[in-house]
Amino acid sequence: MRRLFISMTILILFLILFLPFLSIVLGAFDQGADAFLVALQRPESLHALKVSFIIVMIVVVINTIIGILLSIEMIRGTWISRWLRPLINVLVDLPFAVSPIIGGLMIILLFGPNTVMGMFFENAGIKIVFALPGMVLATIFVTFPLVIREIVPILEELGMTYEEASASLGAGPLRTFFLVTWPSIRWAIYNGIILTIARSVGEFGAVLVVSGNILNQTQTATTLVYQDSVDFNMIAAYSVALLLGLFSITVLLILDWLKKRKEDQLNAH
Amino acid sequence: MHIEVKDLEKKFGSFIAIQKASFKIQKGHLVGLLGPSGGGKTSLLRMLAGLEQPDSGEIFFNGNLANSLSIQAREIGFVFQNYALFKHMTVFENIAYGLKVKKQKASVIKERVFHLLQIMGLEGIEKKYPHQLSGGQRQRVAFARALAPEPQLLLLDEPFAAIDAKIRKELRIWLRNLINEFGVTTIFVTHDQDEAIEVADEIIIVQKGRIEQQGSPWEIYNQPSSSFVASFIGESNSLASPISLQGFPDLPRYFRGEDRNSEVKVYIRPEWIEIRTENKYYLASASEPAVVSHVHFRGDSWFIEFQLTNGTKLFTYQSIKEHFLKVGDQINILIHQLIVFTPSETRVLENRSKIDPMPVFI
Amino acid sequence: MKELSSRLALRSILVSYLFILVIMPISAVYLKGFSLGWDPFWKEITGIIAWKAIILTLKLSILTTFIQAFLGTFIAFVLVRYKFWGRRWLNSLIDLPFSLPTAVSGLMLLTLLGPTSPFGKWLESFGISLLYNESAIVIGMIFITLPFVIRTVQPMIEQLDPFEEQASFILGAGKAFTFFKITLPAVFPGIIAGSMLTFSRSLAEFGAISLISGNLPGKTQVASVYIYGEIENYNTQGAAAVSVVLITFSLVVLLLANFLQKWKGRTI
Repeated sequence: MRRLFISMTILILFLILFLPFLSIVLGAFDQGADAFLVALQRPESLHALKVSFIIVMIVVVINTIIGILLSIEMIRGTWISRWLRPLINVLVDLPFAVSPIIGGLMIILLFGPNTVMGMFFENAGIKIVFALPGMVLATIFVTFPLVIREIVPILEELGMTYEEASASLGAGPLRTFFLVTWPSIRWAIYNGIILTIARSVGEFGAVLVVSGNILNQTQTATTLVYQDSVDFNMIAAYSVALLLGLFSITVLLILDWLKKRKEDQLNAH
Repeated sequence: MHIEVKDLEKKFGSFIAIQKASFKIQKGHLVGLLGPSGGGKTSLLRMLAGLEQPDSGEIFFNGNLANSLSIQAREIGFVFQNYALFKHMTVFENIAYGLKVKKQKASVIKERVFHLLQIMGLEGIEKKYPHQLSGGQRQRVAFARALAPEPQLLLLDEPFAAIDAKIRKELRIWLRNLINEFGVTTIFVTHDQDEAIEVADEIIIVQKGRIEQQGSPWEIYNQPSSSFVASFIGESNSLASPISLQGFPDLPRYFRGEDRNSEVKVYIRPEWIEIRTENKYYLASASEPAVVSHVHFRGDSWFIEFQLTNGTKLFTYQSIKEHFLKVGDQINILIHQLIVFTPSETRVLENRSKIDPMPVFI
Repeated sequence: MKELSSRLALRSILVSYLFILVIMPISAVYLKGFSLGWDPFWKEITGIIAWKAIILTLKLSILTTFIQAFLGTFIAFVLVRYKFWGRRWLNSLIDLPFSLPTAVSGLMLLTLLGPTSPFGKWLESFGISLLYNESAIVIGMIFITLPFVIRTVQPMIEQLDPFEEQASFILGAGKAFTFFKITLPAVFPGIIAGSMLTFSRSLAEFGAISLISGNLPGKTQVASVYIYGEIENYNTQGAAAVSVVLITFSLVVLLLANFLQKWKGRTI
């Protein structure tokens, strides 16, 4: 029974997870390592990777800062009345329930060329849809719960006593945050940031809709993979896909390490 | 610091945590806030600390209104129930925290921290982290951290709650000596009456958000101002129905005098009851005959339950040096004192026949 | 006073941020969907191609949810209860579909199931094709949603009180009986919560599916791909109408999952 179950599990996971991954590894090196490297060094690949990198950097900074502030207010803020708290909770979860494609559609509906706000920004010389700001906005929409969802349970579990102890010893809010709160939540924040990076790099649907997928302008790594596979330019698609895949595995390893670190710490206490 | 609290009130939603609480605390006193769980003691303590804002009423520190003072400006030390030691800081860093906030020089901080470590008997652990310490050590670090910035007022929230029962008793004396040494006004919350009676100069009994009584442990124990205090502090026999007892001719009057008999309560402390064997009693007119109904060994004494001729069951303790009693033994009971609570008054009644013995006719 | 006003400013900023980022966009979709009134909205979603896309998506999402409820619970139990070589490694791998870009996931499945891969050829020799049809969509959905049930059920199994099962054994119950009467009911809320997330994500998935479904309108086109097509055709009203249907479904499911979580918290 035990052996049967274990082998079944391994088989299922092999079929669902391992085999697909193996197939693009094989695909990428189908025509040798050289072809793989050449495909990676195409100008459009490099440009797409650069666009992805810029988006990720902006999104991580914004999500982290807003995420920390919002989490603290959500848990500690006495100004939020009882009926409002669950509502804010649902609001924060909402992006999880919305298809990325719809996330993109929202940006177009709000900031598209024929909308009030779109024209307003157009006149101000800022292009939002089919440009970087729209892509950043779409990515933020999809990823902003990640940091918050990591911090909130930690803050809840932590309770107020450490912060109160700090205040009773004379420390002001800023000192209390940096000396007492931050060390307790920072690993959760790192976790949230890693998830945000992974999700931002991988975001596809929302970005595809908002960016217009313009070659060498608004194309990201993922939309490039999509474009190449639709065009049956397989080696090119595989090369970038493999890079993204390896990146994902790195992310998994870091998350695993963070988790293990947390467990070790729990055991040490 | 001299503390005065006037008409303090606090609600959490519809729950009334504190209503019309007023009291004064002398500088340098060690005061226990005692009462059942959920009675509002901790809310009171947190309002003094500035961690909660009262809905109405005033708090005065040394005669100055302190309501609007921030936590940071109150110059208090607070020891939390679970100590709230900063996990990521060493013992040294924990104790030094409040001094660093005050921007003290590094050398001053070091001297003060090591002085405190020495007083607390914590030498040599300054580089350890809280999770490497025993419960008792953590507690002492928490005290050291709270005392380091030389607070004017020390607030302790159930300081012994997380400690083993056995060590807890030893710590009471330690706490007394520590507070005496520092001379800081101290208020501690506890639900353990033995702790309060043994440690405090003064006890404030808090129940259902109200201050029931303030007084020395002796006063609280021997002159309880309400039936709640009498039943909460120490052990008591309680008589709810009207009975007559030898030596207390006035007792039935209290039951008769009030229309609402159910509001009248009579308490008899076990130590006010003296058990004599049938054959060697005096003051016969002051005593009651009784039959032993239950005997139980308690280690340092006997628990004796007996039944009076009118059916009332009472209990008391008997020294193990005394005569050994069995169930069914005929005994003679002398009740020295009892206390009566009616809605309008509280009376301690002495056994009259004892004071003014009537001649014995045979 | 200064502190108070800066606090007030911070709170206003946070509330407006939530408003601009979440409430406004979602309202925009609902407003656009109903911008011409109820009839055009109804006409858009009951248009033959849109309607078939919605029905197909719902049908396959429900199927995926059921498969995942069984598969996920099974894998969760094996990963928690059995210690075997490579378990830790397998356990970390479960999250791969979360961290993998969906376009890459789609490409992987496209390659694996395609006629050029050895696996695809092997399948073809049996006359089985798993590409550009409904089974391809289900495979895509299963890949994308694999972690949900496993990750919600795992901690519940870990937190199970072992004494309950031992008590059941002492009372004479067998392993299977104990599993179905004691263990399974205890983790059931986790299975439901995970299944709801699975359903919600299946409805929403675009990247992985669009590459392998073939996107034949009326046959293998799912709702999200339909929406994308309508956006590309500048029919934002049609896209918004179908989006309204999807979001509403997801929202109901998310609220249910939230409610279940709370209800579960209350009973424990």
